[in-house]
Amino acid sequence: MSKFVGQRVKRTEDPRLIKGLGHYVDDIRLPDTLHVAFLRSMYAHARITNIDVSEAMNTPGVVAVYTGRDLGEKIGPVPCAAALPDLKVPDHRPLASDKVYFVGHPIAAVVATDRYAARDAVDLIMVDYEELAVVVDPEEAAKGGAVVHEKFGDNVAYKLTAGEGDIDAALASADKVIKQRILNQRLAPIAMEPRGVLARYLPGEEELTVWSSTQIPHLLRTQLALMIGIPENKLRVITPEVGGGFGSKLNVYGEEALLGWISMQLGKPVKWIETRRENMASTIHGRGQVGYIEVGCRNDGTITGLRYNVFADLGAYHQLLTPAIPTLTGLMLSGCYKIPAIQINVTGVFTNKMATDAYRGAGRPEATYVVERAADLVAAELGLDPVEVRRRNFPKPDEFPFKTATGLFYDSGNYEAALDKALQNADYARLREEQKRARDEGRIIGIGVSTYVEICALGPSQAMPAGGWESATVRIEPTGKVTILTGASPHGQGQETSFAQIAADELGVDIGDVTVIHGDTSIVQYGIGTFGSRATAVGGTAVYIAIERLKEKANKIAAHLLQADISKVVWDENGFNLEPEPAKVAAGAGVPEADLPAGQAPGASLPEPQIEGKKSLSLQDIALAAHLAKDLPPDMEPGLSATYFFEPKNFTFPFGTHIAIVEIDRETGEIKFQRYVAVDDCGKVINPMLVDGQVQGGIVQAIGQALYEEVVYDEQGQLVTGTLMDYAVPKAAMLPWFELDRTETPTDVNPMGVKGVGEAGTIGATPAIVNAVVDALSPYGIRHIDMPIKPENVWKIVNQQS
Amino acid sequence: MIPVQFDYVAPATLDEAARLLAEHQDEAKLLAGGHSLIPAMKLRLAQPSLLIDIGRIKDLAYITEEGDQIRIGAMTTHYQIEASERLKEICPLLPECAASIGDVQVRNKGTIGGSLAHADPAADWPAAILALDAEMIAVGAQGERTIRAQDFFVDMLTTSLEPNEILREIRVPQPQKNTAQAYMKVAQPASGFAVVGIAVNLTRGDDGRCQSANIGITGVAAKAYRASNVESALAGNALDEQTIAAAAAHAADGVDANSDLYASADYRRHLAEVYTRRAIQKAIAKL
Amino acid sequence: MKKAISINVNGTPHNTEVEPRMLLVHYLRDALALTGTHVGCETSLCGACTVLMDGQAVKSCTIFAVQADGSQVTTIEGLAQNGELHPVQEGFWERHGLQCGYCTPGMIIAAAQILERNPNPSQEEIRHGLEGNLCRCTGYQHIVEAVEYAAKKS
Repeated sequence: MSKFVGQRVKRTEDPRLIKGLGHYVDDIRLPDTLHVAFLRSMYAHARITNIDVSEAMNTPGVVAVYTGRDLGEKIGPVPCAAALPDLKVPDHRPLASDKVYFVGHPIAAVVATDRYAARDAVDLIMVDYEELAVVVDPEEAAKGGAVVHEKFGDNVAYKLTAGEGDIDAALASADKVIKQRILNQRLAPIAMEPRGVLARYLPGEEELTVWSSTQIPHLLRTQLALMIGIPENKLRVITPEVGGGFGSKLNVYGEEALLGWISMQLGKPVKWIETRRENMASTIHGRGQVGYIEVGCRNDGTITGLRYNVFADLGAYHQLLTPAIPTLTGLMLSGCYKIPAIQINVTGVFTNKMATDAYRGAGRPEATYVVERAADLVAAELGLDPVEVRRRNFPKPDEFPFKTATGLFYDSGNYEAALDKALQNADYARLREEQKRARDEGRIIGIGVSTYVEICALGPSQAMPAGGWESATVRIEPTGKVTILTGASPHGQGQETSFAQIAADELGVDIGDVTVIHGDTSIVQYGIGTFGSRATAVGGTAVYIAIERLKEKANKIAAHLLQADISKVVWDENGFNLEPEPAKVAAGAGVPEADLPAGQAPGASLPEPQIEGKKSLSLQDIALAAHLAKDLPPDMEPGLSATYFFEPKNFTFPFGTHIAIVEIDRETGEIKFQRYVAVDDCGKVINPMLVDGQVQGGIVQAIGQALYEEVVYDEQGQLVTGTLMDYAVPKAAMLPWFELDRTETPTDVNPMGVKGVGEAGTIGATPAIVNAVVDALSPYGIRHIDMPIKPENVWKIVNQQS
Repeated sequence: MIPVQFDYVAPATLDEAARLLAEHQDEAKLLAGGHSLIPAMKLRLAQPSLLIDIGRIKDLAYITEEGDQIRIGAMTTHYQIEASERLKEICPLLPECAASIGDVQVRNKGTIGGSLAHADPAADWPAAILALDAEMIAVGAQGERTIRAQDFFVDMLTTSLEPNEILREIRVPQPQKNTAQAYMKVAQPASGFAVVGIAVNLTRGDDGRCQSANIGITGVAAKAYRASNVESALAGNALDEQTIAAAAAHAADGVDANSDLYASADYRRHLAEVYTRRAIQKAIAKL
Repeated sequence: MKKAISINVNGTPHNTEVEPRMLLVHYLRDALALTGTHVGCETSLCGACTVLMDGQAVKSCTIFAVQADGSQVTTIEGLAQNGELHPVQEGFWERHGLQCGYCTPGMIIAAAQILERNPNPSQEEIRHGLEGNLCRCTGYQHIVEAVEYAAKKS
């Protein structure tokens, strides 16, 4: 039964948010709260020869000033969870002590009675710097020259080779080998709510509570406990409303530990709310890969081998997953194609910049971009339609689970179906004709296709640094209301609604009777968090299975109360019912449908005269009985709740086709979308409205990368794009209408068949847009253009030719 | 996010404001709509110790007609100009330019006087004001004086206003019959400021030829300028495609063009040419 | 140093003394505990702090509280009337115009201003009218639909 699942159910989160009554970290007010402001490095690389905080300390309202030297090793290093062979890991403390390594590197923390006083005092801290040589470009960094961390001797943090198949032989025997340098520029995640931390230590209870705008409350609790040295069961992390994350809050930041520690020092609540400039400089960036593709193919378009040699710009320090991101790129290099030989060679390098880490897609957009550009390069080289090249290399639906040369097993897929639907929705053949006509008229039109597959529902614990499962507790309260505790920590994705949809259907209650609680480590059992398009596929499955467990118990109670054998009790949306004797009357025979009670199937409710007393018990009846515990089956625990920790046996692999149609202004190089068509397949859909929202938001972040966004540091390591006046987040008026559609290929990785969709748009769309622009410019001999594609660069291409 | 401390006064009259400004000179800043100043103060790029808020002075926000002039009070918001039905009729360049500034919220609060006095090289108003050959009425301790638009913009963020002068009013000559106006801009995608902004104000004679042409260009150089070579190439000539294209080619003559992340100097000059042509065409299409 | 100000917020008069440098957004959030108005940038760009001041949508991070002395301010908390959602609020709920909700209050206020000035805006006009508001979650399409819903409704 699916009264709610599959429907466009309005979000239960929304009423508080549209009234401005939600609580983000900065909205939480505790009496006597002190405010923290940071002094951050203005140099990309310098030795701190002296810090004088005396004037700052004497400012009215200032309570304390801490420097890196004050801290010493009192707070453990900022953790990196990526385990790679021979990885160089710099000692990363919350505050710099001897040297600063990037612009924005925190140097000192001022604590004051209000945020204005704290900010004022920051300007009064005197720091003497001795500037050191700076390295910004990752390829330069790998070569030598200036070194970020002296003790390592060079900037190579690690080298890693992965992939299967004989790539040398594959490339040597290919009919054609196409090479291309390719750039995945640095991006800033720009969650609209910057980071924020509120910490309160209660000296009597010896308890520290940390409110943080994070995607991973439980993992954060564990790491903060280790960093600060407080027992984990004395530390509570609360994640209130989170104003967007996109991976940037899938991390453990020095500020989070430092605020907790300061609160313990001062015995008062302390709060720090990141400014946007801090956010641009000191919250993780994404992407940052400079790579070299070699793709081998046969003359018919069959791709035989792909090599990707990549320099990963790690920044100065490792954050939680920094070095691991390029390994995800390696995993997804097969795209949705049968490529027998694949190799990735990663050189992870330190630079004098903020760390890169997971940003929506986290390594997979980079891979999809490489593969989808490679497919177009093959098509251009061979004079084939890009669609045909893709078709030729797809695995067929009966080849799933499909093993890639990167070591993955794709769970399920029907790539051709999604492609065909997208081509049909876009009317591809006609588009190509129109393009031809337009070219004859001197207009520059481009059609870009991307067929993507992505890795979602992260993931099996074997493949994850800190557990890939997710947890759920489902409780029926004595009054019959349903409470769900999920270890996932949604922050905009809408799982308060989609999990309630699952529960309402499975328990036969109204969606309004379900409450989903998350993001409080003292209330919710341990969980992993929301990232990697995992919350519904892994966390939702935990909810689903917990409900099934709970219903097994309820069924036993029902059978006991109805004095029936458990096999005779059947559940429907009205509760637990005694099954009628089936043999006496043939189902529905001779009984007009209209005479049956409303809402019941023919035959299901024929009277059963042999049974005495009640024949049906509602969930409320059972919940009350379970809690009153006056008459339960022997040896049964009272109460009605179930907890389940779901460990997925594999990732899921959603896929789809995105088609972008662009027109270029011949005179100025300005790019305009004519249309944007997408068909996504994320398996079974719980709430189509939420899925559309995820896809649309994802596409816009992809448009951002393709056309507008880039974190730019100059040669001195100064952050040129330090505000939203310089870093272009797409605005409403820059965007086309997205024509969305779906195919639905369930997965067998989880019982609901859901795959995940949070990152699909970002992963699928970027290459579609770039392929469209390159396609537009192909008459000018163009095979590739780097992102962000600025009008000036397009203009140069067109201008040189005309 | 947090400015340094300052004192705040909100004088009731312009004279008092002028007196305060004269008294405090460099330490003081005038606060109009605040949409240039406050962001700079929040980033601590501007740290005045006194703000003189002229927002409470009565009768500084108006659009009136006096003889052959349109008079606009310095505190008139961009939105008031954008929404003025009368201006749309008699001088459409003003509302068209206003509508392209920033965003709705900025236009609701930002003022024409504040923007002009700030003289951001990528602001929109200077182009229109130059093209309209407007006059600025400045008030100082010594009284009032009139500054012609082309003498007003001196350099990046610098006008010919004396430190103790306040811009009180903008006077725009009433456009004659057969005047064609348009404003076109390429907006920097992040800030929305003009990469290039072209204001066109030209008149066509009864013979179909261009009688006079004023072209103001912003965003391209350290200050907005009149594209005089474009103007002279148009004046007296037929407004056909070829003439316009040939004239527009002079849009950035002799200009030391800006260069930034979004657009190099060469590209800016090129955009100036293309958009000058387009803006002229857009303007005359309305005739 | 401090200045006495009187501001009517959501129909309630408030008399307070503030530092001249206190931003209106901090006044609303810190002094009046109206935390529905958010701060998302420092450069008057993102629009998360948008409120109505004397009926006009403005960015409360770019106005000093002293400038708002004597004015009527409506924040997101004051938009619903007599417990009834404003049509734009309703539209955002109906059409999934929000995800994380952080930009939402400013976005709703800006959208309300669009409709007040233009009851039947085209999609292009809606998009243009929202140029002062950044959303990183939705991709704006559902927001455009939400505003269209509200236009039809009101």
